[in-house]
Amino acid sequence: MKELTELALDTAQARGATYADVRVVQRHTQQVAVRNGAVSDLVEVETLGFGVRVVADGAWGFAASSRLERPEVERAAAEAVAIARASATAGGSPVDLGAPEAHVDTYRTPCQIDPFSVPVDDKIGLLLAADAAMRRVSGVRVTEGALVAWRENKTFASTEGAFIEQELIETGGGIVAYAVQGSEIQQRSYPNSFARDQCTGGWETIVEMDLPGNGERLAGEAVALLTAPACPCQVTTLILGATQLALQVHESCGHPTELDRVFGTEAAYAGTSFLTVDKLGTFRYGSPIVNLTADATIPGGLGTFGYDDEGVPAQRVPLVREGIFVGYLSSRETMAQLARLRGEDPARARSGGAMRASGWDRIPLVRMTNVNLEPGEWTFEDLVADTDDGIYMEMNRSWSIDDKRLNFQFGTEVAYEIKGGKMGRLLKNALYSGMTPQFWGGCDAICNADHWRVWGTPNCGKGQPSQIAHTGHGAAPARFRNVQVGVR
Amino acid sequence: MIGEQEIRRIGERVLRASDADETEVVFFGLEERLTRFANNVIHQNVSESDASVVVRAAAGKRVGAATTNDLTDAGLERVTAAALAACRLAAQPEDPDYPGMPEPVAVEPVDAFDASTAAYTPADRARDVGAVCRRAAEAGCNASGAFRTAVHEFAVLNSHGLFAYHPATVADLTTVVMTADSAGYAAGAAWQVGQVDVGALGDEAIAGALRGRNPQALEPGAYPVVLAPYATQDIVDFVTMGASGMMVAEGRSWMPGREGQTVMSPRVSLWDDGRDPQGWPLPFDFEGMPRQRVEIVRQGVVGSAVYDRRWAAKTGKAATGHALPPYNPFSPWLNASRLGPFPMHPAMGPGEHTVEEMIAATERGLYITRFHYTRTVHPREVVVTGLTRDGVFLIEGGEITTPVKNLRFTQSYIEALANVEMVGRDVHRERPNFSVGRAPALKIAAFNFTGVTTF
Repeated sequence: MKELTELALDTAQARGATYADVRVVQRHTQQVAVRNGAVSDLVEVETLGFGVRVVADGAWGFAASSRLERPEVERAAAEAVAIARASATAGGSPVDLGAPEAHVDTYRTPCQIDPFSVPVDDKIGLLLAADAAMRRVSGVRVTEGALVAWRENKTFASTEGAFIEQELIETGGGIVAYAVQGSEIQQRSYPNSFARDQCTGGWETIVEMDLPGNGERLAGEAVALLTAPACPCQVTTLILGATQLALQVHESCGHPTELDRVFGTEAAYAGTSFLTVDKLGTFRYGSPIVNLTADATIPGGLGTFGYDDEGVPAQRVPLVREGIFVGYLSSRETMAQLARLRGEDPARARSGGAMRASGWDRIPLVRMTNVNLEPGEWTFEDLVADTDDGIYMEMNRSWSIDDKRLNFQFGTEVAYEIKGGKMGRLLKNALYSGMTPQFWGGCDAICNADHWRVWGTPNCGKGQPSQIAHTGHGAAPARFRNVQVGVR
Repeated sequence: MIGEQEIRRIGERVLRASDADETEVVFFGLEERLTRFANNVIHQNVSESDASVVVRAAAGKRVGAATTNDLTDAGLERVTAAALAACRLAAQPEDPDYPGMPEPVAVEPVDAFDASTAAYTPADRARDVGAVCRRAAEAGCNASGAFRTAVHEFAVLNSHGLFAYHPATVADLTTVVMTADSAGYAAGAAWQVGQVDVGALGDEAIAGALRGRNPQALEPGAYPVVLAPYATQDIVDFVTMGASGMMVAEGRSWMPGREGQTVMSPRVSLWDDGRDPQGWPLPFDFEGMPRQRVEIVRQGVVGSAVYDRRWAAKTGKAATGHALPPYNPFSPWLNASRLGPFPMHPAMGPGEHTVEEMIAATERGLYITRFHYTRTVHPREVVVTGLTRDGVFLIEGGEITTPVKNLRFTQSYIEALANVEMVGRDVHRERPNFSVGRAPALKIAAFNFTGVTTF
């Protein structure tokens, strides 16, 4: 492998690159899915390739290929330099990457039971058992279940001397039941929406889910939602369950703290951010109990790794401390740019280690790692008991937020009214909306570490060409005051 | 490009290696180049070369699949063995709805390959994009966007002797041009790069940004709207996605029980046509069946859903050539397990009006450039929430008077299409998803805005 990475770097330098890195990525994914009692998806996915990223004439170029052969490596490296030179003709300041990163290391995500070691027959059996449990409930129309095993081996090398080999293993799974009656269509998912929860870990995480043991309950809830009263439209107190709060963190904290968005380089697609540089260190993002952290080092998080895709070590970066906005998700280039803007020495700027590519064929972008709402002090039972009048919502069903990440509207699969400190009636078609700083400013209680865990979001889209990232979000249930529920 | 002859050799190599009852090979080839710009400079500029085979093997009515981009003999043997092992797993029950693989069928080719698009260089794209950036800078604006040129190769082979091959090119530009308090947008796509007028699209976005400066806040509520084709495209995509034969059969679409009924304005016609040379033709589906034009809505009357062979057999309908692959290496979400049959080539028919006529016919309403981050709130009525983006303008007395800050809407797209009063005569092309969409401007009597944002 080292011979090919050196060939790519040497070719790029010989062609005039002032910086080059190369990533060789091999990924094996196994997807098993069932639908209404039949196997609907049984596919082994294998992809291998390399990408060469260069700076030449002060501008970026990137070329990637699936053919890991010496002539193709030389061709792609030369093409990357030619592309960079074409980029430079449009002008702009020379690329500045700040301080060098020259780590030599290996890393592997912790994993007790390799998910590829479990026989596929056992996986099919598990999903069919969960599917049968769901279909025992009268009124359920469609049942689905899925398991994913993922292994990525990647090698990173750069002209600064970095050489890093990593193995990332992920395991995911979930079930969903759909109930249909007339014009009413309801769904319930477990343990998370969008087909599954996923983490860096092994088969042990699927065993813990107990998918068959949750099938009947889940399907019963989907059917019960058909005849439940609709969630009212009012301003009220809202308690969000952990999975919905994880997505709220993702959309309203994770994305706006991406420093490339702040600097406008995602403007044409995902958008920009309201968390502009002038707000750093002073802007009140939320109430004093709100602490948000980007932590790529948490065992099991879906955004956990050893080094990011420009060779920067995984880190724990504060984003919001006691309600004040204090940090960004960043790359080498964006941190050097931030240093210049703040009158600091860009040569000393260090990345927060959040540059991630979705594969060998994509350049790294500033992405979320594990962006977490730190736990508070409440038990969930005390939180409900302390709430006279409100609504509890959980499990995302729809999500939308503006291109600066301010105005949001989320829908959840399930909701319950809270009256006199007790959970009451089941409610359907629940929605809530708000503006990000006001919403987090109304956060007055967060549940404790016993209720906190990292949830996986395996479907975060960004960039052109599009990239899907795997991110993690630690959250425990929390309470928010004066929230608009329903649509006026 | 790999070419038809070599792709056939690769596919036949897999078929020879398989002793399954039935075997299918779907080939995906891609040479994609994309130049991305922001802050009036090129900041990302990428090239990708990749090719994969997706192998599906069947043992009776048990099916397994595997995919690889290792097209060496060893790689092809490995992927074949993986698919064979998957279809022979003891725990897999027979799938009573598996329809088998199709016999060979004639597919009339459609031209979608343009040599000049395939040969477009980084220098060509930098020249085009650089001109947009310079004009934006001269106007005091900040341009961003992406300009892509790509070559695709698709092929399907199976052990019954079916073979279909289709090469295609595509070019598409999206651009957002901003001032301190406004933004403009333009996008275009075609399979011939010469039909994407990058300069004109850049000028359109610059003009939109300049016109939108100093936006004013507006109270949410129901307003008549004139939608630019970019906004209409979102409606077309959401509504036609409900025409999946699987979603209809399962009662999870807006269509069940409405076939033959008038539920939209008679001005509205929606269809899916994979052979339309004005779109991005792909004349066969991922089982190798010829794509047929399907009238989803004809003059407001609900027509038919689209079907692959599986869902056609299950529901007693005719297959229309809309199968997705078991796995799509370039758009993993676009797969048969998740979506069933799928309308990849949606279009809305033109009317007879100009946008200027629609604005002149609006006493008080809003002109909307595009929608952002739209998601389904309720599937039966296609209730969608999202925001406006890159240019909203108040129309008063038949004229655009004031730029407006962005609004959130929560609106049934079915109801919106029922309230269409005028349809644009020009049909615009852009590339929202895997294909090239076609949509006109619309004038709609009422659109429900439910919130506001600060910019």
